[in-house]
Amino acid sequence: MGLNLTYMAWFKRKDAGIKTSTEEKKDTPDGLWYKTPKGNIIHTRELKNNSYVCPDDEYHVKIGSKEYFEILFDDNKFTELDTDMISGDPLRFVDSKPYTQRIQETISKSNLKDAARTGIGKLNGMEVIITCMDFSFIGGSMGSVVGEKISRAIDHALEHKIPFLMISKSGGARMMEAGFSLMQMAKTSAKLALLDEAKIPYISLLTDPTTGGVTASYAMLGDFNIAEPGALIGFAGPRVIRETIGKDLPKGFQSSEFVLEHGFLDFIIDRRQLKNRLGTLLNLLKN
Amino acid sequence: MVLEFEKPIADLEHKLREMKELAKGKNIDLSSDIESLEDKLKTLKKETFQNLTRWQRVQLSRHSDRPYALDYIYEITKDFIELHGDRNVKDDKAMVGGLGDIDGKTVMFIGQQKGRNTKQRQERNFGMANPEGYRKALRLMKIAEKFNKPIITLIDTPGAFPGLEAEERGQGEAIALNLREMFKLKVPVICIIIGEGASGGALGIAIGDKVFMLENTWYSVISPESCSSILWRSWDYKEQAAEALKLTASDMLNHKLIDGIIEEPLGGAHKDMKTMANLVKSTIKSSLEELEGLSSQERIQKRIEKFCAMGVFTEP
Repeated sequence: MGLNLTYMAWFKRKDAGIKTSTEEKKDTPDGLWYKTPKGNIIHTRELKNNSYVCPDDEYHVKIGSKEYFEILFDDNKFTELDTDMISGDPLRFVDSKPYTQRIQETISKSNLKDAARTGIGKLNGMEVIITCMDFSFIGGSMGSVVGEKISRAIDHALEHKIPFLMISKSGGARMMEAGFSLMQMAKTSAKLALLDEAKIPYISLLTDPTTGGVTASYAMLGDFNIAEPGALIGFAGPRVIRETIGKDLPKGFQSSEFVLEHGFLDFIIDRRQLKNRLGTLLNLLKN
Repeated sequence: MVLEFEKPIADLEHKLREMKELAKGKNIDLSSDIESLEDKLKTLKKETFQNLTRWQRVQLSRHSDRPYALDYIYEITKDFIELHGDRNVKDDKAMVGGLGDIDGKTVMFIGQQKGRNTKQRQERNFGMANPEGYRKALRLMKIAEKFNKPIITLIDTPGAFPGLEAEERGQGEAIALNLREMFKLKVPVICIIIGEGASGGALGIAIGDKVFMLENTWYSVISPESCSSILWRSWDYKEQAAEALKLTASDMLNHKLIDGIIEEPLGGAHKDMKTMANLVKSTIKSSLEELEGLSSQERIQKRIEKFCAMGVFTEP
């Protein structure tokens, strides 16, 4: 099925819009075997032991907050904040279905309450607070809950004077919250202004994908902006840009490597070295 | 340009003009006919403009006769000196700015600028700024802060430019930095949506102590057309998308996402440019008076608190 679709797309693009099958959208591999886009096959247990990076082709599998917390917090020990925060529906938004129904369905399907989770714990012995986005929750879109969780995480970092790590993975602002989601860009930036003035370190990790309003707010505001290899990072989506300029995009456009080359990232880090590199950086700042 | 729903009004206006000319040319008394036609016109205008759909307001916000940023600036100020460039890459013509005076008081104006004809539209890139536009805006804001001048931003953009070079030069970073830095500005900041307020491209100059929208403008996270294409997978649902997005001035005020609405003359801003500019001017003046009563610290704190209160969620 997947193969057929791919071949057809080679010849003719029949449908407008984004058509990603549910399977492709999944954050974490849950079968016994996992196949990377390059066709390498790896056992999921081995993948897990390898920080969800395929050893054969270094493909970084899309993972969620559960996996990032497991990779980063010492002994996977952390306290989660704001565990039960759920989005409201101030606009009574309805597209193909009511927004409240979409939220409820996504909650039961994904086992998440919204597209971000915050954990406090130790990273190589140092206290840190991490907010991590989950792409499996409505494309990791940023709405009121994401904005509030990030704000509170920053409040916590300010109060306890501990570094803040933000892991972004998002298609951008959540349309169903319209004006409210737009203002989350402002809200999170306001808190980051306070963090900036307080001289508390803010590290922003950009993962695949980080686009739209997330790129145009907190993701790009780190004292240190870092990314996983091969991630899609940009403001406008590739499809929109292609339509605007009427040309195909150059190879590697909007990849982490491209963004590093143009000066908007401090470094790219393999996920298997992520924890130690973060530890070293935080240590350098501390000593 | 005449919009679909403006047509009956335009027709009646045309009729009225003809009748007046006839009366004048032939020297006949048609005053009672003219009067009744004028009444009819007034009623029609009121009815039409009181019952505009959200999509119709979007259309008005894009009306090609609508006053643009520089029109307001030149109308409001006696002296205005335009300032150019981001000191880095180039001068972005989609983002204008400069120092001007409002009844003797100097302020820094910054705004997106659209073009009136094809050539100008291209030069202004349809009001879609590149990263250097946002960096130029920030540079001017810092100049204003340095010399203790209030900042007035005039927002009118279909979005930040989604181009190849814009990505290369960090469109996301440019906007993000403005958001953070605008919260730190020690001088009063007043933001007015005068036309289109599309997403991050609008917000990039719209962090203010006071944020106003003109009556017939829109402000949201996405345009109705793009929203339609993504959520409905077709461009045909823009009216529904406009309704769903609740993107008008009164919607935004109801949700406390802006601080106020500046009323437009009957028929829209383009029907009476001078009156419109005066309304904008008096709003700026009264807001400045209020904001200057606060210390810079109080203003910054209130600015941060206001935006941080935005969002709707529940916790058991």
